Amino acid sequence: MMRLSSSDLGCVRGGRQVFHGLSFAVGASEALVVTGPNGVGKSSLLRLVAGLVRPAQGRLVLDGGDPELTIGEQAHYLGHQDALKPALSVRENLGFWTDFLGGAIGRAKDALAAVGLDGLAHLPATYLSAGQRRRLSLARLVAIERPIWLLDEPTSALDAAAQAMLAELMRTHLAGGGLILAATHGPIGLNGVKELRLESNR
Amino acid sequence: MTALSALLVRDIRLAVRVGGGALIGVLFFLIVVTLMPFAIGPDLALLSRIGPAILWLGALLANLLALDRLIAMDQEDGSLDLILMARAPLELAVAVKALAHWLTTGLPLVLAAPILGLLLNLDLAATGAVALTLLAGTPALTFIGLIGAALTVALRRGGLLLAVLVLPLTVPVLIFGVAASNAAIVGPVPFGAPFSILCALTLMSLVVGPLAAAIAVRQSLE
Amino acid sequence: MPVIDLANPSRFLALTDRILPWLAGAAAFAFALGITQAYIAPDDYQQGATAKIMFIHVPAAWLGTFCWVLMSAAALGTLVWRHPLADVAAKAAAPIGAAFTLMCLVTGMLWGRPMWGTYWVWDARLTSVLVLFLMYLGVIALWRTIEEPSRAARVVAVLTLVGAINIPIIKFSVDWWNTLHQPAAVLRLSGSSIHPAILVPLLISIAAFTLLFLTLHLAAMRNEIMRRRVRTMLMMQADARA
Repeated sequence: MMRLSSSDLGCVRGGRQVFHGLSFAVGASEALVVTGPNGVGKSSLLRLVAGLVRPAQGRLVLDGGDPELTIGEQAHYLGHQDALKPALSVRENLGFWTDFLGGAIGRAKDALAAVGLDGLAHLPATYLSAGQRRRLSLARLVAIERPIWLLDEPTSALDAAAQAMLAELMRTHLAGGGLILAATHGPIGLNGVKELRLESNR
Repeated sequence: MTALSALLVRDIRLAVRVGGGALIGVLFFLIVVTLMPFAIGPDLALLSRIGPAILWLGALLANLLALDRLIAMDQEDGSLDLILMARAPLELAVAVKALAHWLTTGLPLVLAAPILGLLLNLDLAATGAVALTLLAGTPALTFIGLIGAALTVALRRGGLLLAVLVLPLTVPVLIFGVAASNAAIVGPVPFGAPFSILCALTLMSLVVGPLAAAIAVRQSLE
Repeated sequence: MPVIDLANPSRFLALTDRILPWLAGAAAFAFALGITQAYIAPDDYQQGATAKIMFIHVPAAWLGTFCWVLMSAAALGTLVWRHPLADVAAKAAAPIGAAFTLMCLVTGMLWGRPMWGTYWVWDARLTSVLVLFLMYLGVIALWRTIEEPSRAARVVAVLTLVGAINIPIIKFSVDWWNTLHQPAAVLRLSGSSIHPAILVPLLISIAAFTLLFLTLHLAAMRNEIMRRRVRTMLMMQADARA
């Protein structure tokens, strides 16, 4: 059974100690919601788990995963930015990530349908609204199978219908044995989640 | 499609579609070469003697274009984060991006050089020599430039700084590129000697460039 | 029909649909006439038949410069009068002008090789035409870089007007500087210096190429209007599904 845990984790960004002494654990089919005021380090924590930032102190351990891969290589990271190229079409954007991140061929089309963008596949991404761009990023999570989801403010730019769709996607992911680590200000539509509250360092 | 070929195709598509397109490097090359006679004077004999040097300088400067966007374009929209989380090694990913840059910027310069050689009154042998040395040397310019692009990825106005960092590293390529061209035209040094060294420099840059660039990218993201 | 009617793209499209076949036909006829006249024109006593490159070279040169003047007028239309089709005219004209300027340079190089012994010299006339070609390419690059059409139009209009300084330089370069290129022979205050046997085919040739230019330009304007309609439809499609 997969389990992501940290002991005494510390993070330094720009010379400043963002957080220290952080210990948490998330198991398969579990979601951990990270809350706290702005600037307290929620995004830094997610980037640290993704492997984009090295921990200054402490350890991060993944049990039950693929020993050949790093944690980041088994995770999806949905950050503030959409990682979309305006000059490419919706289909080309998703198709590229599907090929590059190791998704199965043919899942891209189903993923577009799952997020409600299948009618716009040929459209250059520059014509999409903010909510549509966010949904296209979510399609990436559907098209490529990875057990760990790292979501930074996933509900931002999404309207009520899209938020319900996101909640459904997360439920499906958890039911399949995946883990979710989400940083958020408000509710994300899941019940029975564990909460990790980060307090300001001062 | 495999991961790295998908990246290659995407980068080539973007280079062709975005901004001035792939040929803006050639346009800059053309302008730089046109500027030379305004400064040097229209003496055709002189121009044909320093023609290889003019073409090499123009190609070097034109190649710097789009280099500062090479990695920055992915860092700005969050694509670089995802590239780091892919199973393909970062060293190979940046090497593939550099290859796409050479195919869309460097190679067109090589193809444009003979036409510009006409403007500088170079004869057929000289033009052929310059084109061949550019073909062997422009990959080195791109892969060395890759290091600068990685070093300046997080900076706002990295363009000039990138040029300052990269140009000194390209001096050996420039020296041997022009030396090989001149060797083919006037001798007495045989063409093979400087040309082999030029090829060696390129092969070294194909290895050192991506390795150094990957280290630089990881450091800058910390 | 007052000019203001042409400001409506739909009416413009309807008008061009009617005119274009006639324009193309007139161009084809003029070419047929010009080619036969050029064929029977006498050879130059020094250069032989090579001199007949002028029947392509001179019209190309004329159209390359005329096109920039047309783009400048369109630029004024965009900036000063905000005429809706002015930027379409400017955008459509740029590649055609670049092509004719390139044709002028290449035919000139092919003519220069037997006549002067070299493909290229850096004299005032050739250099200023080369600079004109570079400016065309710059304008085309600028059109491509800015995605939104009306913003691109205003920016390109400024560049076009600034670049218009090159046109009088080209025209008078052979008079102001000592050049290898021959001095003005057709458009001079004292009248043309060319013998009618050559002048008549030359004028027909210029007319033929000008008709070709107008045909191509109108067709390109149609395409650009269609392109913008497609863009608007794509945007509406995205909005509808938001």
